[in-house]
Amino acid sequence: MSADASNAPLRTRSIGQPLARLDGRAKVTGAARYAWEHELADALYVYPVQAAIARGSVVSVDIEATRAVAGVVAVITHENAAKLQSDENKELWILQSAGIGFRGQFIGAVIAESLEIARHAADLVRVRYDEQLHDADFRSDRDDLYAPEKVNAGYPTDTAKGDAEAALRTAEVVVDQTYTTPMEHNNPMETHTTVAVWDDGHFTLYDSTQGAHSLRKTLAPLFGLDADAIRVIAPHIGGGFGSKGTAHAHDVLACLAAQAVPGRPVKLTLTRQQMFQLVGYRTPTIQRIRLGANRHGRLAAISHDVIEQTSRIKEFAEQTAVPTRIMYAAPNCRTTHRLVKLDVPVPSWMRAPGETPGMFALETAMDELAIACQLDPIELRVRNDAEKDPESGKPWSHRDLVGCLRKGARHFDWDRRNPAPRARLRDGWLVGTGVAAATYPRYRMPGSVAMIRYESDGRYVVRMGAVDIGTGTWTALTQIAADALDCPVGAIALDIGDTHFPNATVEGGSSGISSWGTAIVAAARAFRDKHGANPEVGSEASAASPDNPEEERFAMHSFGAHFAEVAVNAATGEVRVPRMLGVFSVGRIINPRTARSQFIGGMTMGLSMALHERSVMDARFGEVVTHDFAEYHIAAHADVEDIDAIWLDESDPHSNAMGSRGIGEIGIVGVAAAIGNAVWHATGIRVRDLPITPDNLLA
Amino acid sequence: MNPFAYERASDAVRAIAAVAADPDAMFLGGGTNLVDHMRLGVAKPGRLIDVTRLPFDQVEGTPDGGVRIGANVRNSDLAAHPLIRARYPVLSQALLSGASGQLRNMATTAGNLLQRTRCVYFQNVDTPCNKRRPGSGCSAIGGYTRYHAILGASEHCIAVHPSDMAVAMVALDATVEVLGPSGERRMPLVDFHRLPGDAPERDTVLQHGELITAVMLPALPLAAHSLYRKVRDRRSFAFALVSVAAALQIRDGTIQDVRIACGGVAHKPWRATRAEETLRGNPATPEQFGRAADAELAAAQPQPGNAFKVKMLRNTLVAALQELAGVAG
Ligand SMILES: Cc1cc2nc3c(=O)[nH]c(=O)nc-3n(C[C@H](O)[C@H](O)[C@H](O)COP(=O)(O)OP(=O)(O)OC[C@H]3O[C@@H](n4cnc5c(N)ncnc54)[C@H](O)[C@@H]3O)c2cc1C
Ligand code: SF4
Repeated sequence: MSADASNAPLRTRSIGQPLARLDGRAKVTGAARYAWEHELADALYVYPVQAAIARGSVVSVDIEATRAVAGVVAVITHENAAKLQSDENKELWILQSAGIGFRGQFIGAVIAESLEIARHAADLVRVRYDEQLHDADFRSDRDDLYAPEKVNAGYPTDTAKGDAEAALRTAEVVVDQTYTTPMEHNNPMETHTTVAVWDDGHFTLYDSTQGAHSLRKTLAPLFGLDADAIRVIAPHIGGGFGSKGTAHAHDVLACLAAQAVPGRPVKLTLTRQQMFQLVGYRTPTIQRIRLGANRHGRLAAISHDVIEQTSRIKEFAEQTAVPTRIMYAAPNCRTTHRLVKLDVPVPSWMRAPGETPGMFALETAMDELAIACQLDPIELRVRNDAEKDPESGKPWSHRDLVGCLRKGARHFDWDRRNPAPRARLRDGWLVGTGVAAATYPRYRMPGSVAMIRYESDGRYVVRMGAVDIGTGTWTALTQIAADALDCPVGAIALDIGDTHFPNATVEGGSSGISSWGTAIVAAARAFRDKHGANPEVGSEASAASPDNPEEERFAMHSFGAHFAEVAVNAATGEVRVPRMLGVFSVGRIINPRTARSQFIGGMTMGLSMALHERSVMDARFGEVVTHDFAEYHIAAHADVEDIDAIWLDESDPHSNAMGSRGIGEIGIVGVAAAIGNAVWHATGIRVRDLPITPDNLLA
Repeated sequence: MNPFAYERASDAVRAIAAVAADPDAMFLGGGTNLVDHMRLGVAKPGRLIDVTRLPFDQVEGTPDGGVRIGANVRNSDLAAHPLIRARYPVLSQALLSGASGQLRNMATTAGNLLQRTRCVYFQNVDTPCNKRRPGSGCSAIGGYTRYHAILGASEHCIAVHPSDMAVAMVALDATVEVLGPSGERRMPLVDFHRLPGDAPERDTVLQHGELITAVMLPALPLAAHSLYRKVRDRRSFAFALVSVAAALQIRDGTIQDVRIACGGVAHKPWRATRAEETLRGNPATPEQFGRAADAELAAAQPQPGNAFKVKMLRNTLVAALQELAGVAG
């Protein structure tokens, strides 16, 4: 079948229905097994030993007291751990040398008969260090900033279109401001867990991962194995937000521990505090934005310069200025990314890396420009809407930012808004409203394969090694399979979460449904081509997610608009958010119920970013000192009041057969700007450094 | 976490003798603070004596209009108690503003008074801290001080006492009843917690082996007109940046009597005596409230990371008093 035909639009019947989560009952009754919960006989428990310095090396490790504890089975350090075969990824290159790259890095592990014994015994390990001066000081005025080769997701580090400097010099109105976002940590409810068994040259891993296949592909070369020698089982995952998208050191530590006790399962789960050192985080950013416009608000130039950090042992360059390249129709645009390498843990993906911090800066600057031009902020965005992708010049597969803004304005009663700041006081609370735009690229990752077999019970088994990280994948893929096979949802038996099933790409970049769904559609079409509408029991077909030539012809992005109402206490500066509305243009919605959860979940995380989240790095120690939930605040229920998400009724036929573009991340993008803009409207105070805490707003 | 022995006390005197004789033993209340510290390695008792089954679990009105609160009364029960809600609304509000429902169901009155500071360096055994390891230095000075003191701190420690409940009790002239190896003693709660001075390892004047049995609240008619105002970084489940417990009695526009205590600002619940003095006998006006706040805060010595607390406490105190006075700003 030609590629074009496999991407032909699907007739939708189950797709679009608000089907309740198929795995919901298993989850609320505890029947759903998360990584730690698989019942395995004879399990041992692993507790890590971590570096107490930020840079230097281990001189000696005294494990005498540790070994003496009853129930300790083995202790591994760089002196006796199995040798890894590849040092390409230094984050994973643990227990191989005495070197220490950041505080908290794994330098050993205790394996014992119970978790309590392992933890206590790990406490007794005495380590002598050769400590070197570390540097964890993130500032903009450093002389060792450098330009990475490219930024995350393969984007160019810098771009320049036209002559932004010249256009800024002659612009009638210029906004030139610096915005900062703090270091932030992903905190999925399920802590990162790996249960590993090493048996006869094979690993079996029960892992909380966003990609069963991608995990084993990362681990296999480290251990000198074929991917087939590793089986990853991951039927249910308690959230990830990107922090489970790549393998982290705990995966390797569990495998090394398993190799020390062949045949016995070893269980490792990180504590909440350890998650602040070992599973990635969002880099802090310092962003200078310059907007040049004429007095009617037409943008002539956009300039976005980003400074962020990475770890000395491994580079991760967040693509913070990338959304700026496509957002608005400015003839002149330049963007840059500069990094500083520090003795800190390795940053990584956190929900909508790039877009989330970048759009806070850009959309706050747009609000400042609207005020400078005395324009309504919605009108400013409408005037600068881009008819085609400003970066590539390609037509959009579909762009309806203006539709989102207008629909939201109607629902939010925006037209009645008085633009004056600090003009509404209700019972001691200053009230204001704000708006900001959102965007997220449509990604599809190649290589996912689905297999379909017709069973004697009249059901179609649909298999692939995809994972459900809590988003509703079990349900959405079942709906897609039902429509692809033209049968009811009840006739589908989905099997995911195991590398025994065909390859599936990682759940990241909001690409899961696009990547996996298209494989299922292709397999279903292959199945019907081969076996017809009345297949014999045992009939099978497999197919891979087809290439999509439209990806070359069109720029594919989702868009959205966030509206927020805030109330700021005039005496204490406390901020409340009584109302939030998100409006999204994301192609077809597969399941409105789970989609809404994704949107309002993302918006809640955006609220949390706006008002609460901040990992405080104490550079003297090279350590995040706010490393638990009492200190690292995430929005509580009480912070979230009237919140709603709606979307435009649309389908994007260029994107894939379902017409969808992916929805997992766009919900968070732009929220912090909308809230910050509302805070300005309420108080007249512009906060350019997140989070917006009460001390910023004391009058 | 170290291995430890666990015993359930059924007799107060025996429990006290056991702890007094064993430097490694500690009383266990609801465990919401101590068990956390054991996990983190901040506390390493070899032996826990669980005192929650001892019969100190009543809230009783006294004939003169006061209330006696048993040491084991849970925070949730205390907050909901009709006598507390009627006679001391400030205390009920303070309790409900603390922690979460689950924690309040576990936390005891005595344990709440004795909870330790939330200073992040105190809770991290890898960083120097004079309170945890005397003489090792204070990491907070020059570090993360958002939740640290602006009043009564020393060069050895700038931590704050995190309890909300205790702030309300200090405003209410509470007395602590303690049973020790050599008998009973009682002291005003305001003298129970210490300022850090050069011995920040000692939070209170309690001796090892002394058991809190009750907190006495005296009859205080003006407390029926009282409130607790807590300013925090998140709407619930967060410690106070600053807080104010206040009770006010006004006649003909003149302040007859007043009680004020502040939280989040010092190593102990801070009784604002200077502010009280500035108010008694004076007109209940926003200007006078501001003068009172200024008088109390004249001695403030904030850190670079918490200078905002001076204004925040001033504003909060004025707003709380205005609310009690029913005066428009
Ligand atoms: C995430 C989190 C958020 C929190 N937020 C707040 C908040 O906002 N406001 C607030 O005020 N509190 C807050 N708390 C703290 C909570 O109030 C305390 O943990 C609780 O009150 C301690 O009571 P407990 O009975 O559990 O004490 P335990 O942990 O059992 O004991 C604490 C101490 O008291 C000693 N002790 C216990 N009983 C006696 C006794 N009868 N005599 C002598 N010594 C005794 C113990 O030996 C121990 O040293 C929070 C706690 C957590 C974990
Ligand atoms: S402020 Fe007190 S508790 Fe905190 S580090 Fe300093 S001495 Fe320790």
